[in-house]
Amino acid sequence: MENDGERVATQTMEKAGAENRRNVAISARSLVKTFGTGEFAVHALKDVDIDIRENEFFTLLGPSGCGKTTLLRMIAGFELPTSGIIQLDGQDITALPPHKRPVNTVFQSYALFPHMTVAENIGFGLKMLGRSGGDIDKRVKRMLALVQLEAMANRRTDQLSGGQQQRVALARALAPEPKVLLLDEPLAALDLKLRKNMQIELKSLQAETGITFVFVTHDQEEALTMSDRIAVMRAGEILQIGAPTDIYERPTHRFVADFIGDINILEGSVVSSEGRTAQVRLKDGAVIEARVPEGVDGSGDVALAIRPEAARLAGPDETAALSGTLENVVYFGAASYLHLRLGSGEEFVLRHSGALDAYDLSTGSVLGIALQPGRARVLE
Amino acid sequence: MADLATTHDAAPAARARKLKARDLKAMPGFKAIAWACIVALYLPLIVLIVFSFNDNRSVVKWTEFSLRWYQAALENEGIRNAAWVSVKVALVATILSTIAATMAALATTRAAAFKGQGLAYAIINQPLMIPEIVTAIATLSLFSLVKYVTGITGIGYLMAAHTAFCIPFAFMPIRARLEDMTLTLEQAGADLYATPLQAFRYITLPLLMPGIVAGAMLAFVVSLDDVIITLMVAGPGETTLPIYILGAIRRGITPEINAVSTILVGVSVLLVALLFLVQRRMEK
Amino acid sequence: MSGAQLSAAHAEAGRRARNARLGLLGPAVLIILLISILPLGITVVYSFLTPGTYGGVTWEFSTAAYVQFLFEEDIFDGTLAFNPAYLQIFLRSIGLAFGAMIGTLILGFPTAYFIATKPRQQRTFWLFLITLPFWTNILIRTYAMLLIIRDEGFINLTLMNLRIINHPLSILYTDTAVFIGLIYTYLPFMVLPLYASLEKLDFRLVEAGYDLYASRWKVLSHVIAPLAKPGIIAGCVLVFIPGLGAYITPELLGGGKKLMIGNMIAIQFGSSRNWPFGSAAALILMALVVIVLLVYARAAGREAKAHG
Ligand SMILES: Nc1ncnc2c1ncn2[C@@H]1O[C@H](COP(=O)(O)OP(=O)(O)O)[C@@H](O)[C@H]1O
Ligand SMILES: [Mg+2]
Repeated sequence: MENDGERVATQTMEKAGAENRRNVAISARSLVKTFGTGEFAVHALKDVDIDIRENEFFTLLGPSGCGKTTLLRMIAGFELPTSGIIQLDGQDITALPPHKRPVNTVFQSYALFPHMTVAENIGFGLKMLGRSGGDIDKRVKRMLALVQLEAMANRRTDQLSGGQQQRVALARALAPEPKVLLLDEPLAALDLKLRKNMQIELKSLQAETGITFVFVTHDQEEALTMSDRIAVMRAGEILQIGAPTDIYERPTHRFVADFIGDINILEGSVVSSEGRTAQVRLKDGAVIEARVPEGVDGSGDVALAIRPEAARLAGPDETAALSGTLENVVYFGAASYLHLRLGSGEEFVLRHSGALDAYDLSTGSVLGIALQPGRARVLE
Repeated sequence: MADLATTHDAAPAARARKLKARDLKAMPGFKAIAWACIVALYLPLIVLIVFSFNDNRSVVKWTEFSLRWYQAALENEGIRNAAWVSVKVALVATILSTIAATMAALATTRAAAFKGQGLAYAIINQPLMIPEIVTAIATLSLFSLVKYVTGITGIGYLMAAHTAFCIPFAFMPIRARLEDMTLTLEQAGADLYATPLQAFRYITLPLLMPGIVAGAMLAFVVSLDDVIITLMVAGPGETTLPIYILGAIRRGITPEINAVSTILVGVSVLLVALLFLVQRRMEK
Repeated sequence: MSGAQLSAAHAEAGRRARNARLGLLGPAVLIILLISILPLGITVVYSFLTPGTYGGVTWEFSTAAYVQFLFEEDIFDGTLAFNPAYLQIFLRSIGLAFGAMIGTLILGFPTAYFIATKPRQQRTFWLFLITLPFWTNILIRTYAMLLIIRDEGFINLTLMNLRIINHPLSILYTDTAVFIGLIYTYLPFMVLPLYASLEKLDFRLVEAGYDLYASRWKVLSHVIAPLAKPGIIAGCVLVFIPGLGAYITPELLGGGKKLMIGNMIAIQFGSSRNWPFGSAAALILMALVVIVLLVYARAAGREAKAHG
């Protein structure tokens, strides 16, 4: 607020220390939101607990209708929760109206003011905060430079391309230097190429400004590439929170495993376990070693998750962990995806990146499957 | 070569004709009826306007172009007074009805639907539902009762009556405009630290302006053109232009009436043309 | 934030929304309640009173106004005899309004259809041509019609100049004149709603109709007309109701001789000085209108239900 340069400097220092201190920016406890009553009630959020740390790129990921927007709107202040608490920097903001929260939003539709120029859009927040005209001009110039739109300052917003509108929306939300920036599927309306570019730009903007980003998407790839941490949601609940590698490699929940990337899920039952490692007998009789993640009960009937890249075709003198009948081969250049039918009738996809010359790849041939040790996981 | 060229030119033309004849949307005779309707709608008005510029007492035999009837109309004390009353009443009714309609439209569109919203719409649109003659004599009955009880007279009654029947006309375009405006823009304003009042002042109001202008113009035209309610409610000395014209027609047809009518039509045409422009800008 | 605080916040938000709503709706609703709806109540009261000598009413209960609508009291022995004069005025008004409704529909449907099938840019212009008369003073338009159909008016002079007729056609001050005037006045009221529903029509359905061997007439009556039904119903209501209560058209073109309900009511508040009877007639007119609106609401509701 005082001096921009100074502020950025302190932010950078803070960022360096943040990894250790891990201050919580937004924290929600027992958050419930129900729309309507009686038989028409929609439970958009059911008892959500979440901690979003300072300076992190945090993503809410989940299928459409799972409550991501609702959660974001409650953080922004557009919606009162049915019950629960939301805190910002330790202060209760649950019932604070949006204009009193140091939180800004990039809307999915951008919501640019059509009756204002690009510069007026970007300066709007500062004007409402009562900053002087000179301050606003300076800050708007900086924001225009940040999103590379200096030449567009006096354009009307409907004269901009989708990507440019997106950047104006971003600059407008960043201009008042919010504590937290909320982004509701901001890239959904862009075409693929522009989306890839904006993903990189967003990520570097976040690093540059050091502002906490809460990003909403239903695109798992986008979430994996951009986020520091991801919360996977389903039907108003948070199933798992973790770094992209955690979510991808170590899903604790069948839904999470299924939602993020391709995965094979096999039914089985635990025959013995030792620490966090269990021997699981599959339905076709094969016994496989699998890891049991923290917080998952590794006994009785379980589901096993194996990524296609954690399996390959077994060599001629290897003992195969599993075997299946070949149904289909999809060639992908660097690797091939083989679709096999296991003895239990379950489908199994594996990604084989070596040469395939040594194998009989006619449909119906029976092939052995080798698994990378430690990559099969028991799911909740 | 030349022959070839002609056949080449002729073939597409014949094809185009054939295609046109097979335009599936077109219905035989509809075009003729449409044109006949337009001619029938405009012919009387054009005759009226043309003969307002006729240098002759006759409203049917053309002699020479002249503005004498306009001059006569403008010099006529009765017409000048009536015009002034019309403008006064229309301005007051327009301002009051537009403000009331804008507020009501905000209440019914800027928040979640509420119980009783249908009733509110029904009340606001009530003046449109009932034949004007019924509203006219009912209002006359009420006002005469109020005048009798309070002893208060004046042009305020006429203005109040006009305000009431102008409200639904002003309400229509304002509500339509608001329904087209997503709430997201105002939320974006609030998100950027605008208080509810500031969000209204800097976002809702400027975006709503075309709707308000359209509503005000409709209200103005409707008030300016009203005959029946004014005829019943207006007291002595409160003759509006349409009432003056009605009286004049009853006394006998003169080109002067054509001149005044042309001016009144001109005002309506101007306002409606403006309205069209405003609405086309709104659609963009 | 505790549960109590949160529910207090909910209550506060609800109260604020309610107050804002009341404050914003207040002026418009109050003005119309006081100046447009309350008077109808007064009219009901007046219809049961006795006429004052110089207009107005004397506060004496009487049902004479309603009796007078159908019966005439013999001035000598006070017996009631059936008097169809007022009933005839009502029936003629209904007939004229209905005729105007059919007439405007026959002319308006092809016009609206023609405009709706024009290219988009031309449509705006045509629509403007229809809208302009809609917003032009009805009195002036009726006066313009009067200038045209007078004995020495534009039509007669033109026809006589062309030697098609030798004597002017006497149209003015007949039911025909009123009928023509009503159609002329209310044609835009029919075209605009018809256009609104025809514009939304998916013309691929028309093509589908032809594809299934329908003739033009079959397509028109079996495909287009049913799809345009909401517009047809709305247009009919918009013409019939004001047509029923018309005042200016019969006043100018009927010459005050060919009365319709509107003029009859106005006369009671003017030269006849019988406010109670005028009030009663106005209420009967309003009852007719309410019946039409109820039928309309039911038809519109059925339409909405049929199309989901
Ligand atoms: N204002 C509302 N009224 C009623 N239901 C709503 C409202 N907003 C959201 N919902 C419902 O809440 C659920 C979650 O919606 P939302 O948060 O928009 O999901 P997402 O953003 O993850 O797609 C959905 O079932 C949606 O229909
Ligand atoms: Mg959403």
